Amino acid sequence: MSSKENDKAHWDATTRLMFIHLGIWVFFGYIIHMFVNVLNQVTIPVLGFPLGFYMAAQGSLIVFVVMLFIFARQQNQIDRQYGVAEED
Amino acid sequence: MATATQSESAAAFYKQLGRMYGTYTGGFVGFVVLLAILEQVGVPNRVIGYLFVFFTLAVYAIIGVMTRTAQLSEYYVAGRRVPAFYNGMATGADWMSAASFVGMAGSLFLLGYDGIAWVLGWTGGFVLVSILIGPYLRKFGAYTVPDFMSFRFGGNFARFLAVIVLVCASFTYVTAQIYGTGLIASRFLGMQFEIAVFAGLVGILLCAMLGGMRAVTWTQIAQYIVLIVAYLTPIVILSTKHYGIPIPELTYGRAIAEIAAREQQLIKDGLAVLCTAANCGPTTLKPHVTPFLNYSPLNYFGIILCMMVGTASLPHILMRYFTTPSVKEARDSVAWSLLFIFLLYFSAPAYAAFSKLEVYTNIIGSNVSALKPWLFSWGELGLIQICGKNAASLDAVVAACKAIAGHPGVIRFQDFVINTDVIVLSTPEIAGLPYVISGLVAAGGLAAALSTADGLLLAIANALSHDIYYKMLDPNAPTIRRLTVARVLLFFVAVVAAYLASTRPSDILAMVGWAFSLAMAGNFPALVMGIWWKRTTATGAVCGIIAGFGLCIFYLVVTRYFPGFGVKYAGMTSLLNPLTRAPLVDIAKAMALPNAMESFPTLAHPLANKVGWFDLNNINCGMLGAPLGFAVIYVVSLMGKEPSKEMQAFVDEIRKPRGRTILQEKD
Repeated sequence: MSSKENDKAHWDATTRLMFIHLGIWVFFGYIIHMFVNVLNQVTIPVLGFPLGFYMAAQGSLIVFVVMLFIFARQQNQIDRQYGVAEED
Repeated sequence: MATATQSESAAAFYKQLGRMYGTYTGGFVGFVVLLAILEQVGVPNRVIGYLFVFFTLAVYAIIGVMTRTAQLSEYYVAGRRVPAFYNGMATGADWMSAASFVGMAGSLFLLGYDGIAWVLGWTGGFVLVSILIGPYLRKFGAYTVPDFMSFRFGGNFARFLAVIVLVCASFTYVTAQIYGTGLIASRFLGMQFEIAVFAGLVGILLCAMLGGMRAVTWTQIAQYIVLIVAYLTPIVILSTKHYGIPIPELTYGRAIAEIAAREQQLIKDGLAVLCTAANCGPTTLKPHVTPFLNYSPLNYFGIILCMMVGTASLPHILMRYFTTPSVKEARDSVAWSLLFIFLLYFSAPAYAAFSKLEVYTNIIGSNVSALKPWLFSWGELGLIQICGKNAASLDAVVAACKAIAGHPGVIRFQDFVINTDVIVLSTPEIAGLPYVISGLVAAGGLAAALSTADGLLLAIANALSHDIYYKMLDPNAPTIRRLTVARVLLFFVAVVAAYLASTRPSDILAMVGWAFSLAMAGNFPALVMGIWWKRTTATGAVCGIIAGFGLCIFYLVVTRYFPGFGVKYAGMTSLLNPLTRAPLVDIAKAMALPNAMESFPTLAHPLANKVGWFDLNNINCGMLGAPLGFAVIYVVSLMGKEPSKEMQAFVDEIRKPRGRTILQEKD
């Protein structure tokens, strides 16, 4: 594979990963909160939170944190796979 | 091998940092314990407060002086060797301001579910930083955000626009931080507000002036440790006391259930009026978990979007990721940043719930004469009002309630008004904790305000010294002169901000929210398109910045300062009540008043902040500006010639972590 093709393949993989994570971000940042009233019908057992409230106050935040650690790993893997990672 | 020794020395450096900050944290905890003992043996509260503030300020100043530097790369980007984990902590402190530490829990108390828009907005933006912008700017190798704009978009005009956006977004923000230091210092130390502001200024300057980014980085880490310990300690104790489990983030679910039961009871007893579609005015009770009573869905999601995208566009946050040793570490670092920020943000709703439960159980519905004494010290400062008067003493409250015709002698929901700042600051007292915990909270609030102020000041001063002075005015300036100019500018910006804060401008807190929308409209489209779309041309970007930023600032300024003009000439109408959808003001009536066309009116003006397009709050002006910015960049770019081969190769280059940075600053 020429370096130009390799670069393009690397960028395509990166773009794909970007859209996947952007999708998760849109879902947990916005879409799920549009159904807050439905979710609030459910109460989390033991803890006592209404589910819709919980997702906004904690659930989505936990998703964002975990997602960023996973993203960092995945992007790093892509970089290494196409030989464009920094030397360690 | 050069790389082997390099990674060895990096590992040694990392270990050394661990030892240093480990010792520091241990020392800080020991210091708190020591003060707790001093309190028990009878040292007065005022002395404890002073010891707290001066000890922590002294530590920051010592770090600031010890890390002074005469090297440009150290001054501007901390030598690019801050490990991901520590840069995460520094970013956390940089990010969490006085508003996050002191004000957010209070907003959640007042707004209930709708307040969570701020929590979501101020965390989710880091996702955008990591996947769209941060690592690419790190690869580019700039000292400032305008550096990138200038290189990618054809020179100094784009640089100048970026500096304008940066200064507009950062300056009011830094003023609010200095205002915050003054407020905290004056409340806890009894200093005069104006003096406290300038005392805070000295603390900020000692940290930032000698060592620039390098000094700010290492003090911000120290400040993060203080602020997170201070924020979590009171509610951990409170949660253990009430529910037997030291994890408030889990136990406050039960507090929320109790609040809901209590709300029902208050309404049944006739002590509160429920907000309904027929009447949802400011004195009605809005159940804590019911959404969209304070913000309409459009404005709720608008705040989330503007705060998130604003996060990814604020220069003082982006520049923190210029300091990591590699692109990979920049990415890791964003994840650590969000983890450290998350620790505070997912605890804020717990503060709100515990306070609300306390207020609903022990204040509202209780006899006027049975009020607890902690209330009066805040009432004296005008932060708690009962029956329409400052609750300065029991007699004052009793008299004020008696003056209301038909008052039942029991505190009703509408009788009680609390300032949002009180929630966090008063929690230790409400829980009956010793004063040392209150002192700890004050030290934490100061750390939050100082660290954010440092980062912002540096961003402004660097843009002025590096972008305006060095790049545009005197490109041949020697290192020593560049550093001197940077320090002098830092000093002047800080003094101007402190002066402005000391005049207590009324809009200052609202302006922090504006900063996000301004940064969003001005920076985000150009940054994202510049990295992700090679076809973006310089003309397209410049037009996009002007159009997007221009529209956003027009909307802000008109709705706040020229509302009559907006109604008459720009087709603006009244904003609506989120639930009843009734207009907030009767436009026809308000326009007939003699002051309708007044410029720069106070907030009491009937139209100020209450008009707009599409029922959009002016804090969300980024929702208008950013889409316009994207559209203009796209259309204008397609109309022009595609960027040169060199520019396209350059964009390819920043997309790959391997290889040298594009911009190589001489040192």
